[in-house]
Amino acid sequence: MRTVYLDNNATTQVAPEVIDAMLPFLRDLWGNPSSMHAFGGQVKQSVERARAQVAALLQADPSEIVFTSCGTESDNMAIRGSIEASAPGTCLVTSRVEHPAVMGPCHRLRDLGHPLVEIAVDSGGRLNMEELEAALQRGPSLVSLMWANNETGVVFPIDTIAGMVKGKGGILHTDAVQYAGKFPIDLRQVPVDLLSISGHKLHAPKGIGALYIRRGTKLQPFMIGGHQENSRRGGTENVPSIVGFGKACEMAMNAMSDEATRVAALRDRLERELLKTCPDTQVNGDPAHRLPNTTNISFQYVEGEAILYHLSDLGVAASSGSACTSGSLEPSHVIRAMGVPFTAAHGSIRFSLSRYNTDADVDHVLTHLPGIIRKLRTLSPFVT
Amino acid sequence: MWDYTEKVMDHFRNPRNVGVIPDADGVGLVGSMACGDALKLTFKLGPDRRIADARFQTFGCASAIASSSALTEMIKGKTLAEAEKITNQDIADFLGGLPEQKMHCSVLGREALEAAIANFRTGNTVQKAIDGKIVCACFGVTDKEIERVIRDNHLTTVEQITHYCKAGGGCGQCKPELGRMLEKILQEQPAQPTTTEPARRLTIVERLRLIEETLNREIRPALQKDGGDVELVDIQGTRIVVSLRGRCAQCQVSRFTLKDVVEAKLREFVAPDIEVVEERA
Repeated sequence: MRTVYLDNNATTQVAPEVIDAMLPFLRDLWGNPSSMHAFGGQVKQSVERARAQVAALLQADPSEIVFTSCGTESDNMAIRGSIEASAPGTCLVTSRVEHPAVMGPCHRLRDLGHPLVEIAVDSGGRLNMEELEAALQRGPSLVSLMWANNETGVVFPIDTIAGMVKGKGGILHTDAVQYAGKFPIDLRQVPVDLLSISGHKLHAPKGIGALYIRRGTKLQPFMIGGHQENSRRGGTENVPSIVGFGKACEMAMNAMSDEATRVAALRDRLERELLKTCPDTQVNGDPAHRLPNTTNISFQYVEGEAILYHLSDLGVAASSGSACTSGSLEPSHVIRAMGVPFTAAHGSIRFSLSRYNTDADVDHVLTHLPGIIRKLRTLSPFVT
Repeated sequence: MWDYTEKVMDHFRNPRNVGVIPDADGVGLVGSMACGDALKLTFKLGPDRRIADARFQTFGCASAIASSSALTEMIKGKTLAEAEKITNQDIADFLGGLPEQKMHCSVLGREALEAAIANFRTGNTVQKAIDGKIVCACFGVTDKEIERVIRDNHLTTVEQITHYCKAGGGCGQCKPELGRMLEKILQEQPAQPTTTEPARRLTIVERLRLIEETLNREIRPALQKDGGDVELVDIQGTRIVVSLRGRCAQCQVSRFTLKDVVEAKLREFVAPDIEVVEERA
């Protein structure tokens, strides 16, 4: 059975070119980049080349890139490391729709006594800018806001927000795990202090991420006990993955126009046709400010897990914000924060595409999904 | 993905008895859209007062659909008195088990069945009436329902309570109260396993008669049909010594006959802790 993979916000296929770039570092070039011999030293050069490739994706200086083990580590390092390095009483400002990798450390710090403000979003998932403005009045702050939402694809205006935060002398961290590689980022123009990215969301393997730290930003290291990464992150470098991550960032730069046009067109067709062929269906999230690859659609009166299992039987991989898929009992915090009614919240399905998707993939879903929805609705006591 | 059994996936993919019986004798509706799952069960009794038809409609995940489908298959042909005895664990067992986080789907089935039977008997409400004091406000779970799932399923942690009836799965504010309820029930329950046996112990003579009756009525006719037989040799407490006769004595599968027929029947009719052994010549 062919796989139609439409769950790229969860993880992506490793690009074949990335695998090719990595293999020599698993097989032959396995030296330690910190070693004082040529065997390790040649590896060091490859790590630095990858650092430059990652920096190029962000229009940053390579010295501002620190490799981590994943996006979650980058988020933890940014938030906990800045709070530890900043004045007591610094206010944490975040939103109600952040990824758990940001919500988790923020809630932990709140429990330890740090003030925390969580900004609301409207029904389109847009940030309430008045609330943000008010929160910034409270004094020194560490602001952590995602650039693009993983569930809905909704993009926050980080360039505007960066101006507001810097105008008040605050520190801005952004989780750009979903945004990077899909839209151009120019950190020479946008005064973000800290920015998280992850390899496996842009066709590099799992287990590699990076944190951008603007020069001059105060940050207490999180992984301590080694001089690696300029003493900002201890631990021997994950060389093969770093090399693969660099290659993937280079490829993302070149593929970005394809994402913005061809992938966006596939997504738009999928969304448009599903809304047409499935009654009582709605899109969650502001379509005007969204990643080009993501659509989050609610099929009212049916439950997401049931849809996913039927799709899976047809080889289609997607995900859901329904309660049942998460093992929790309530729909996702993002869907709830947007005030999506219960009739729709449990039936939300996220399709997230990549450059490897084709028209045939979209056709396959369009052929089968309306029938699945009809079948589940005949089962539903809420449809008469 | 969840670790669902083949049977769960079969009932999810090919749900049995979907729909609503228009002139149903009993209708039960439990759960709600807000809670994430809901089940409407209808049944019709036949002239023999047994459930002749049962249909369901379910809003919910794969295991909720499978549990509902299983329930309709389980109750068909049963009297209401027999159907009433079905527990949520029976529904899960029918499906070869459910992940613990999904056990509330089986509880939903049992609740719908109770609501439908109550509707038949009283003619009153189709929706399950709130019985007891609400403990979990997020999911509207009462103290009576929580106590029931703790006792029925021998639960020992607050997390399990959430898995079985959702209480505590929303804001989590009721968790301390759930903990207190659990502790109270665990303290009153003696550690020994519960049995369905009457409290009074049988005298030795009564026990001997019951064993012989069971052998003669439930076991020997079946063995005799295949040219075999069994005879009681001795009773040593819970250990019962028998001797296999006729073709059973030479049979290659006599070990299974002993355990699956003789021991199973004696456990069912006499005592659940009986062990049957064969007399060795």
